[in-house]
Amino acid sequence: MIALLLRDLRLSVRAGGGFGLGLAFFLIVTVLVPFGVGPETGLLSKIAPGVLWIGALLACLLSLDRIFALDWEDGSLDLLATAPLPMEGIVSIKALAHWITTGLPLVLAAPVLGVLLSLPEGGYLWVVISLALGTPALSVIGTFGAALTVGLKRGGLLMSLLVLPLYVPTLIFGAEVARRGADGLAVETPLLMLAGISFGAMAILPFASAAVLRINLR
Amino acid sequence: MDLTVRDLAVARGGVPVLEGLSFGLTPGRALVLRGPNGSGKTTLLRTIAGLQPAFEGEIAGAGERIAYAAHADGLKSMLSVAENLTFWAQAFGTADIAAALTGFNLEDLARRPAGTLSAGQKRRLGLARLMVTGRPVWVLDEPTVSLDAASVQLFAEAVRGHLAGGGSALMATHIDLGLAEADVFDVTPYKAEPRVSSADEVFL
Amino acid sequence: MSIWEYANPVKFIRTTDRLLPWLSAGAVLCLVFGLVWGFFFTPDDFRQGSTVKIIYLHVPSALMAINAWLMMLVASLIWIVRRHHVSALAARAAAPIGATMTIIALATGAIWGQPMWGTWWAWDPRLTSFLILFLFYLGYMALWSAIDDDDTAADLTSILCLVGSVFALLSRYAVNFWNQGLHQGASLSLDKEENVADVFWYPLLVCIGGFVLLFIALVFLRTQTEIRARRSRALLARERAV
Repeated sequence: MIALLLRDLRLSVRAGGGFGLGLAFFLIVTVLVPFGVGPETGLLSKIAPGVLWIGALLACLLSLDRIFALDWEDGSLDLLATAPLPMEGIVSIKALAHWITTGLPLVLAAPVLGVLLSLPEGGYLWVVISLALGTPALSVIGTFGAALTVGLKRGGLLMSLLVLPLYVPTLIFGAEVARRGADGLAVETPLLMLAGISFGAMAILPFASAAVLRINLR
Repeated sequence: MDLTVRDLAVARGGVPVLEGLSFGLTPGRALVLRGPNGSGKTTLLRTIAGLQPAFEGEIAGAGERIAYAAHADGLKSMLSVAENLTFWAQAFGTADIAAALTGFNLEDLARRPAGTLSAGQKRRLGLARLMVTGRPVWVLDEPTVSLDAASVQLFAEAVRGHLAGGGSALMATHIDLGLAEADVFDVTPYKAEPRVSSADEVFL
Repeated sequence: MSIWEYANPVKFIRTTDRLLPWLSAGAVLCLVFGLVWGFFFTPDDFRQGSTVKIIYLHVPSALMAINAWLMMLVASLIWIVRRHHVSALAARAAAPIGATMTIIALATGAIWGQPMWGTWWAWDPRLTSFLILFLFYLGYMALWSAIDDDDTAADLTSILCLVGSVFALLSRYAVNFWNQGLHQGASLSLDKEENVADVFWYPLLVCIGGFVLLFIALVFLRTQTEIRARRSRALLARERAV
């Protein structure tokens, strides 16, 4: 299991592995927003938490098809299925690798991009906390979507259609934590809900992803 | 422990392609499957490897004793030869890749990224993977594709070594490897009666 | 006799063929009767005027939008547990109907909302939930149509339906939390003091009955179509095989 995690991490940082692409995308989206809505600081600082969350979500979404597609094409997925690893473990490790290579950099980059959007001072901490709690859920849910569409040609668009509705609760509570934090309001309730969704998804969804992957490998 | 197959039928897309198969494979022996293209050899091997369910009948002594190799080698082009092998060794809970590297004459290539290898070299790496799994039953689908004569000899040596160590091998190949331990099993007589897939039956 | 016998496609078609005329006639009768009664023979509401009458379409379609998803959930579970093909095909057949009901509910809501709230659309929790439900329907139908192998598609969509149900429920709570909203509370609960007046209530019940019958008839019809399509594919495959 650890070997699989290390391999996925190593693959993603080698040339062509796509590490940093999600981060670059996050940066570009954030830079584009002021072009779209105007440079007024008051407006930007008001929408900053939501924009950061949407940007992170889209960056996550775009990197999902790498989770299984490459292993599917070169036959590794078949061979992994015959290895003495439970399928649930494989999908969990894949989700973890996706989070480390995509989610974690987004969490770390968010405060820097917050500066560009004049995020209110109190918001930095809560943006980071909410993303740190929410991005694992995005990775786990996305892994389920990737497993659903693994064998399909041109599955990328379909996967977005399947995954985005599943992202709604995470986005709502995550952005709510960030927004309330930035406004200096109490954040306990949405924070607890966000944590609940994250841990619940981590605990249960790997079983669904594994079942779906077994069906697709058949 | 033997690999035993009893009254096995295997299906492709729900339609049985081979049926009534029964054979056994004892340690130290190899079984070579023969049959024309499309006769269902790949389906049979995938079923025995546990990648798809058997249509009917039973398979004993397979499961976690199988090391499977097919057309796709499962190599990562960005990882070196040694890294590729080490990963599979760890995934199967073993550690030693030296013997596999020597066995398939890959020592000199150990540090090369797998993406820069030729087709035959990749194949050799894919087969070397079998040696690091530590599994007793090799299930091989056309293992000699894109291998030159010398590499085929290396492969035959590796199989011989595996059999001598108490392992067994089940393979679909058209090349005579010159293995004294090998029996030949022709799947042609076991071609399934033409019929509709199990999923369609209920609709007719 | 077990209920599972109806899971046989032939038996299903034979039974539903007998039921369909009655169901369709019942649906038409209830809808015509209920709508005419509701539109022309009930008084205007003292605050909402005649716009209130859109509830005869809005409420039943909204109910069926949710019930269709519940039916798909049950059918998906039956497919996963007992692997009856009719069940999977019924779930597939219900999805577009449910999606249409969702659109009707959203559209009639918008038409009613324009004079009442002064806007076609507001990010009210109920409206938003229905929009999200519509997205779930879209994804579910897209997955069905993307996969060639019928059984694989049935397996994958069933699991998507299960997972989707959990997340749809979560979205419902999330959306409620996110915006408290302008939509009135449920107007049909039996235990609440403030319900719609009886004059509106009876024609509404008839309309709901009509929508339920309509939904069942449409699901039967579409399931029959799916079964026949599947059978013709099976026949073609047999011809090729033999």
